[in-house]
Amino acid sequence: MNLKATELRLGLPGTDESQKEYSSFVKSNKRSSEGMDSSCNEEECATAPKAQVVGWPPVRSYRKNVLQQQQKKSDSDVSGMYVKVSMDGAPYLRKIDIKVYKNYPDLLMALENMFKCSMGVYSEREGYNGSEYAPTYEDKDGDWMLVGDVPWDMFVTSCKRLRIMKGSEAKGLGCQ
Amino acid sequence: MAYSFPEEVLEYVFAFLSSDKDRNAVSLVCKSWYEIERWCRRRIFIGNCYAVSPQIVIRRFPKVRAVKIKGKPHFADFNLVPEGWGAYLYPWISAMARSYPWLEEIKLKRMVVTDESLELISKSFKNFKVLVLSSCEGFTTDGLASIAANCRNLRELDLRESEVEDLSGHWLSHFPDNFTSLVSLNMSCLGSEVSFSALERLVSRCPNLKTLRLNRAVPVEKLPSLLRRAPQLVEFGTGAYSAEIQTDIFSNLVEAFSGCKHLKSLSGFWDVVPAYLPAMYNVCSRITSLNLSYATVQSPDLVELISQCPNLKCLWVLDYIEDAGLKALSSYCKDLQELRVFPSDPYGAEPNVSLTEQGLVTVSAGCPKLQSVLYFCRQMSNAALIAIARNRPNFIRFRLCIIEPQAPDYLTLEPLDTGFGAIVENCKELRRLSLSGLLTDRVFEYIGTHAKKLEMLSIAFAGDSDLGLHHVLSGCESLRKLEIRDCPFGHKALLANAAKLETMRSLWMSSCSVSYGACKLLGQKMPRLNVEVIDERGSPNSRPETCPVEKLYVYRTVAGPRVDKPDFVWTMDEDAALRLS
Repeated sequence: MNLKATELRLGLPGTDESQKEYSSFVKSNKRSSEGMDSSCNEEECATAPKAQVVGWPPVRSYRKNVLQQQQKKSDSDVSGMYVKVSMDGAPYLRKIDIKVYKNYPDLLMALENMFKCSMGVYSEREGYNGSEYAPTYEDKDGDWMLVGDVPWDMFVTSCKRLRIMKGSEAKGLGCQ
Repeated sequence: MAYSFPEEVLEYVFAFLSSDKDRNAVSLVCKSWYEIERWCRRRIFIGNCYAVSPQIVIRRFPKVRAVKIKGKPHFADFNLVPEGWGAYLYPWISAMARSYPWLEEIKLKRMVVTDESLELISKSFKNFKVLVLSSCEGFTTDGLASIAANCRNLRELDLRESEVEDLSGHWLSHFPDNFTSLVSLNMSCLGSEVSFSALERLVSRCPNLKTLRLNRAVPVEKLPSLLRRAPQLVEFGTGAYSAEIQTDIFSNLVEAFSGCKHLKSLSGFWDVVPAYLPAMYNVCSRITSLNLSYATVQSPDLVELISQCPNLKCLWVLDYIEDAGLKALSSYCKDLQELRVFPSDPYGAEPNVSLTEQGLVTVSAGCPKLQSVLYFCRQMSNAALIAIARNRPNFIRFRLCIIEPQAPDYLTLEPLDTGFGAIVENCKELRRLSLSGLLTDRVFEYIGTHAKKLEMLSIAFAGDSDLGLHHVLSGCESLRKLEIRDCPFGHKALLANAAKLETMRSLWMSSCSVSYGACKLLGQKMPRLNVEVIDERGSPNSRPETCPVEKLYVYRTVAGPRVDKPDFVWTMDEDAALRLS
């Protein structure tokens, strides 16, 4: 039974499906009147991810690689990394630039000064157990994590916001 | 009263002819001139390695000393030619090793070079002097070690923009202690660190060293030591140009640069810390060529540097220079002949710098000698192109890349046909043109009508129909290379202008609408062309004949269909061609 003949697909009858893959970017209606067609094209463009057309723009790979490496360096130097900081019971939030700090003790000291609280010392096993407050953060995946578990550099790039939790509530995070 | 000069006299006269065109003309005069000329030709240029075979070359020109060979088509630079397509050097070296024992120079572009080839070169040619590998690939640093170790008379080793498998930096240490003939070394494309002491000693003992282009792994604090040992340098490429700011490094650098009274060309500048740029100010007044295309430095620092270079003829820079920087360039550098502006963020959706069409307009107005341009930008207008064309009728190369495909004139939303039309109409000496932006068949009508000296044309995402291609093929009398991607061109113009293709070096068409059947027809019609269908979807025979091929590469050849094809390349009408040869 020739099911292919009844298949619904794009393309002229009698042509093979593989044909429609030939053109990576040719737009067919661009010469028509602006109104309708341009809006169709815009929609097309809006839904499709920014086209990674092979070999376009015509920049050689060694140039692309060099720029990417240098971009990462310069981006991290130039822009700050401001995140919101909330503290349980405080009436309003603060914002800090975590790039300014070199390591966890630096950050914790700054937070303690800013919010006039004490968070104690981090330990892998116990977290900030025993302290009045404990610092937590929301990472890229939306999960709430205890500050201090991952290497500092990783923390800086994955931290989206900070929350200084009451020690009693943070107990769950610190224990094994 | 027919007497001719003795052979020796003719040979002596022919020796003054260096251009291939002249020598080719001379060899057509009569049989005896053909014979004399072919025995005394010393340099040959092969623009397409598959247009001729090593055997044919050697048979005709038995005493060659220098060869220049080009392999893959230009679009290979942008990953449009699949891996394994071809352009292998080995068959050439193996043939030349037997027949050209006195070969001195090999210059290659876009060829696949193996360590085996390099070793064979190093062992076969006793007087080998010059090796230039431009955009080549397939070899490792072990191959370089063979060259270093065995080529006693080597003068030039230039690896520009090649992809080398970098196993280690030890290769440099293979230059023998009594090796002193080096004139030019370009290792900028390599990643590994070479032994710095070996490099220092090499530089010290080569008094004729004029060009030294280091790689990124050489830190800035080591530069003074090298510069002090080679004050005769004319061209210098730094390594990474960054370090923590230390006054003694800076002052050493200033002193070392000052000692180089002959420096004309600077390049390198990876990871630039702007504070180190002023170290070069003392040499800037003599600088004619500056490659800052890796320097991620902002416009004010660039302008500061450029403003010290009144003799600048060639500038390669990133778009960080911005319109403001280009304005400064146009006022300080009146001798400028070539400008290339590369994109710092080619894939970003939004512009990250303030570089527009205005920058190019300003430079075209202010630099009367400007003849060669490569410009990446995000917006263009017909008005700007018309202004540029009127300002600079002396353009020879004009390559414009508007980053968004099919971007219209941003002011009027019209196609950019009239703008590019003005370019070809005004710039009567134009030899190379790259188009971009929204373009209809009309632009090709302008090109076919006016671009009579155009030799190379690059087209992407342009045109409406075969009429566009027909204008180009029928109108551009000097056309040698045509490369097209993502255009709605089918077979009509191709078949109607098939004879034209024999007057050209090559035609590349990818993601267009040329059917397999048409390719077969073209192959049958034109036995002296190789019509290569490149298709990674499997044999085109498994699809209908009307199905367009992925990629098409057509080139004239006297060597017949090639024998080293990979399984995704088919030469059309191979059987008929083989029967004829």
